[in-house]
Amino acid sequence: MTLREQLREKISAAFYRHGLLCASYPVPIILFTSASILTCCYPLLRLPLPGTGPVEFTTGVRDYSVPSHEPQGDLGERPDWYRGPPVAYIQQVLVKAAVSPWDSSLVTVDVFRSPLGRAFSLLEEIRNHVHSDSSGVRSLETLCLQVTDLFPGLRRMQSVLPEHGCLLVSPGNYWQNQRELFDSDPDLLKTIQKHEPQRPAHLDLLFGVPGKYTGVSHYNKKKVVTYTMTLVLSRYDARFLGSLRARLKQLHPSANCSLRDDHMVHVHFKEEIGIAELIPLVTTYIILFAYIYFSTRKIDMVKSKWGLALAAVVTVLSSLLMSVGLCTLFGLTPTLNGGEIFPYLVVVIGLENVLVLTKSVVSTPVDLEVKLRIAQGLSNESWSIMKNMATELCIILIGYFTLVPAIQEFCLFAVVGLVSDFFLQMFFFTTVLSIDIRRMELADLNRRLPAEAGLPPPKPGPLRTREAPPPPRPSPHTITLQTPAFRNLRLPKRLRVVYFLARTRLAQRIIMVGTVIWIGILVYTDPAGIRTYLAAQVSDQSPLGDPGGGGLPPHLGVAPVFRGGDPTSTLGINPAPAPTPIPDNQSQEAPPPSVPQITWGAEDEEGWRRLSFRHWPSLFSYYNITLAKRYISILPVIPVTVHLSPQEAIETRHPQDTKHPPPSIPKVAADIQTDLTLYKVAALGLAAGVLLVLLLFCLYRVLCPRNYGQNGVTHGRRRRGDLPCDDYGYSPPVSEISPLLLRGHSMDIECLASDGMLLASCCLAGQIRVWDAQTGDCLTVIPNHGGCWEQRDGWESVSGAAETECLGSEAHGSSISGDGLSEGEGYPLRRRTAPSRPTLFTDQPDLTPLIDTNFADQPPSHLCTPPREGFDFGGLVERAYMEHEPPSPSAYPSPSSASSSPPSGAHSVWAMELRGNLIAAGRSSGKLELWDAVEGSLRCINEDGVSGITALAFLNNRIVAARLNGSLDFFTVEINKPLGLLQYRGAPGRGSMPPSPCYSSEDVISCQLTRSVQCAHQKPITVLRAAAGRVVAGSQDHTVRVYRLEDSCCLFTLQGHSGGITAIYIDQTMVLASGGQDGAICLWDVLTGSRVSHVYGHRGDVTSLVCTTSCVISSGLDDLICIWDRSTGIKLYSIQQEVGCGASLGVISESLLVTGGQGCVSFWDLNFGDLLQTVYLGQSSDGQGVRQLLVLDNAAIICDFGSELSLVYVPSVLEKLD
Amino acid sequence: AGKGGEPLIYIMYNRTTNLLIRGALLFSVGVFLALVLNLLQVQRNVTLFPPDVISSIFSSAWWVPPCCGTASAMIGLLYPCIDSHLGEPHKFKREWSSVMRCVAVFVGINHASAKVDFANNVQLSLTLAALSVGLWWTFDRSRSGFGLGVSIALLATLATQLLVYNGVFQYTSPDFLYIRSWLPCIFFAGVITMGNIGRQLALYEYKFIQEKTHQD
Repeated sequence: MTLREQLREKISAAFYRHGLLCASYPVPIILFTSASILTCCYPLLRLPLPGTGPVEFTTGVRDYSVPSHEPQGDLGERPDWYRGPPVAYIQQVLVKAAVSPWDSSLVTVDVFRSPLGRAFSLLEEIRNHVHSDSSGVRSLETLCLQVTDLFPGLRRMQSVLPEHGCLLVSPGNYWQNQRELFDSDPDLLKTIQKHEPQRPAHLDLLFGVPGKYTGVSHYNKKKVVTYTMTLVLSRYDARFLGSLRARLKQLHPSANCSLRDDHMVHVHFKEEIGIAELIPLVTTYIILFAYIYFSTRKIDMVKSKWGLALAAVVTVLSSLLMSVGLCTLFGLTPTLNGGEIFPYLVVVIGLENVLVLTKSVVSTPVDLEVKLRIAQGLSNESWSIMKNMATELCIILIGYFTLVPAIQEFCLFAVVGLVSDFFLQMFFFTTVLSIDIRRMELADLNRRLPAEAGLPPPKPGPLRTREAPPPPRPSPHTITLQTPAFRNLRLPKRLRVVYFLARTRLAQRIIMVGTVIWIGILVYTDPAGIRTYLAAQVSDQSPLGDPGGGGLPPHLGVAPVFRGGDPTSTLGINPAPAPTPIPDNQSQEAPPPSVPQITWGAEDEEGWRRLSFRHWPSLFSYYNITLAKRYISILPVIPVTVHLSPQEAIETRHPQDTKHPPPSIPKVAADIQTDLTLYKVAALGLAAGVLLVLLLFCLYRVLCPRNYGQNGVTHGRRRRGDLPCDDYGYSPPVSEISPLLLRGHSMDIECLASDGMLLASCCLAGQIRVWDAQTGDCLTVIPNHGGCWEQRDGWESVSGAAETECLGSEAHGSSISGDGLSEGEGYPLRRRTAPSRPTLFTDQPDLTPLIDTNFADQPPSHLCTPPREGFDFGGLVERAYMEHEPPSPSAYPSPSSASSSPPSGAHSVWAMELRGNLIAAGRSSGKLELWDAVEGSLRCINEDGVSGITALAFLNNRIVAARLNGSLDFFTVEINKPLGLLQYRGAPGRGSMPPSPCYSSEDVISCQLTRSVQCAHQKPITVLRAAAGRVVAGSQDHTVRVYRLEDSCCLFTLQGHSGGITAIYIDQTMVLASGGQDGAICLWDVLTGSRVSHVYGHRGDVTSLVCTTSCVISSGLDDLICIWDRSTGIKLYSIQQEVGCGASLGVISESLLVTGGQGCVSFWDLNFGDLLQTVYLGQSSDGQGVRQLLVLDNAAIICDFGSELSLVYVPSVLEKLD
Repeated sequence: AGKGGEPLIYIMYNRTTNLLIRGALLFSVGVFLALVLNLLQVQRNVTLFPPDVISSIFSSAWWVPPCCGTASAMIGLLYPCIDSHLGEPHKFKREWSSVMRCVAVFVGINHASAKVDFANNVQLSLTLAALSVGLWWTFDRSRSGFGLGVSIALLATLATQLLVYNGVFQYTSPDFLYIRSWLPCIFFAGVITMGNIGRQLALYEYKFIQEKTHQD
């Protein structure tokens, strides 16, 4: 044994044990797995969520130094993006200005005109500020961020944003920083709102505070105007900034300001995803979904397909999450965009292993215990799984050595993902699979119990040939037994999904829960400052309130560490700026009660927080500077308080200001404005939701084939070479159905006939063989000509014609194994009629004591459903013969008619029928022969006709023969019993069906032509069927004729086809269907002769027609099987078969259809057109197609397969599938 | 990509219709992939088109998607054709999920070529070549597929060289005459992918022909 084999065995054994373990303790293992998934995913909580805004980091101002590029060991809370200098430093000067005291003589414009005017002088101050010390002279020009052109697309912004110089933004930009323009502007608000539609608004951009906090409106109740001047610095110079701060504070002291000024906040921005990047991303995701869809669609033959598909997806997804989590835990923070590499990871890890496992487990024998099935399935696949895993690991290892950081990282992820995926497959998925299989078993068991409860165990008998036929398998109807729940499962997939969704309201619930969770998380982590926003809203209503004072909510990332501990301490260290204000001459007067209060609250400390988080990125993007994956540092704000006297306000008035109409609806308008944004957001969310649902719906419609079982859905017949899931090399559990091959014929089978218990077949060579339909044993061989006849001639010379019957039956009892039941009944008859045995047979045992004439004991039976407790006469006879020395007579055929010349066997058999134990064979010479099926003796021959018999119908005691010349001959089989006893084999069975008489050996059987309809049809009769006392003949002359069997009277001539008739179906319920070469199918009412419906279904001949109670099934030369509604004639669906599948059809039960194919038979579910199973008849699949197919009543089918016959019992797997 | 395959079987009654439908499907897949993948390249300024075109919605010249579509239709039809001529039908992993996987890997290769920062171009090209061959090994494994892929890739590379030489468009940092050295690998992977899709689509036609011959 090589090392490889040893390894293989060990792996297989290990997997086997593992499978046993998983199937034995499903619940603990699933709990364990879930716990480990959660544990591994825990580190993910520290990763920022998608949808959150920029990340912040706060440092002190005093000891600030530009962070170095290299990561400096473990700096604790320092985030990894905090490296190198920032893009820019932002210094904001927050100005709050008010005209105080407020005078009733002032108009609304005065609220903001003069405060805004102050901006220009402040601007001058800032621009001209120079700090000089030992290290040189610095001004704003040297420190600020020099910008060049605006981005080409923004030409219209040129008027408001600075170009070619310092990036300094203030409200003054509206007037090009020129006081003269401001003073001469008649309507300030109009100028400001000119650019309003932009997002983020210019108002925000230039004022540096959200529009409604500026107070620049006619409805400003607080009468305080707020705006900022934003300086963007490229270098940080503490001394310059310090001197600027001191200077501004000196000029405009803020009396009650207690803002902290010792912290700078670094804000890191994520990469922004634009439309251009989104499209490839969306594409990859669509491909991913298609992949998942097509993969999970292959999961088959399990209880809950959806459940398993879900489990498979969960396995893959959670393995990915686990890998990300584990990588984060060990410090491998992902620098790759997770969303981008995610689809590729899924594709690399794949769903293949999961599918392979399912297939493997499903293809184990179903009668095993669940545990063993799982274990076997696992161990069967162990080698390939391990091999695949090793290969993938190797590939990833190679990828790792490309030494490209991005690829290395991807590989690292993939390795961890693969390992965790393997872990999950082995524990999670296997366990889920075992639960599923167990559920299936239970459902199966529940369903099967009632059917089997009443059945006695089958008798184990060694002498199968002599005993009564074995108890039939559970009647075919168990196959169709479907619980209502199961029926639901077999609905078309689309409907099932809709029902499922409707039943559980799953979509709504998932969306609701998802939204709630998402909103909750967002509120908790507060990416966009929702709480600040809300707080601000509240503070708006209560002007004195200071709700934001509790500190801003901790951020998800790193912010909380600093924010949490700081406020108190820093407040303590840094008390409010010195309460020794330099008295401002304007604000000297004691404020009257109407003085607008300028308050400084904590919300002003970091006023930029109230801005949109896209504020800074958009400002920089105007100059083609991206902040993606970079950070800016925001310096503590410089507060400036400006009090203006009413006099000053009046002085700066523009002549037009007073002409403005007074505010009419101040309150409502403001409310509407705030409300409007809310509504906009709501509408946007709604639209997005609707769009998402539509998108999903479209995706589903596109991905799922719309027509189930409609015309043309190809159910590829599977060949042996490429069984389902060919690339895994699995075959369905064919071991369940092993066709019984009946060999013996030397040439292809020509005719096939059966009456349920016996089976007669005739090959091209003319040899007729009779088989036991239950066991498949060959009972009789009737050669075409030769030895048989010579033997018979020899017998004729020995024994008289009168004795021949006895001889025949004697021989049949001993030498030929026959149908036990008919045999048992045959004996008593013979004994009674021929008490004096010829001397020739004195060596025969006396079987008289074995005669049991108490026939009442026999349960009523029919040849179709033989009694379960068979009358085991064969055993008795066998014993009697054992005691006696069995003779060896070969065959004792005897001609009953007076024909002296032996029939010529050179003529081949064209038609054959079997009833009771009589075989009617129609030969090409026009002869009709009646053979005893059991003995193989010729009982009767009729040579009235000369034209070849093309079709035969044998019903009751009448035989109808259709001849090549179009004539129809009616024969009556007369049985002359000496005692006039006509024994029926069993009591009448199904409804009105007359029993077939049993012809015992000594009856003199004669076959007399009662009537010959010479010109029944103009052209050769192609098909002949008889049922319910009617004989229906179809001919190439496009007509169908219906005859009464009793008096051979032609009842109707049915015209309607435009081609020769090729197929006819008639059953006990008097339903007549005919199909022709024109591809049309007609349904007729036999009682009235009227046409019920007429449909065209096939391109080419209709080759076969079968009806069930609800539908008509037709097959045609176009390899299409069409299923029609019987009452309406509407096509329900059609099945496209493979080419050359043959035309043979059979209906086993109401919902189970069997069709013959190339070397196989296929079982279909009639309700949905699903292929249930394909059974291969032989080893070689090609060449021989199944041309004839008979359904026996014991749920077995018999079909020809070249020179062999194949007996297929409908397997238990089908019950499972149903 | 290729989603429309199944329902379309109904109209695949005659052979030319079938061929046209397959061609149209492949064409649309090619156009779609060309648009998406070009977006990837344009984003990273790998290819440069004249500035007035870049503002257009497709972010590449108008002639690129139709060319790619036509090429993919030809390749997708050529593959099954060659298979049937050689008499060795492609049996390896013939199912849509595998095709989807193949397309995903192809997009991934493009993604890598556009977005991953490699140390030098040789490394990038070698990695992509290995990935492309891996793609062939994973999803195709037929000699005819490999041969066709290599020859079409070479032809396409030549054509691109000529195009760039004549100044129709250009690459930002050419390292293989006028183009990027990874271009042949991308072409090869694309040919394999389109061939895969084409073969899968041809499965439907194959069934149809069988049916037809039977009728005759």
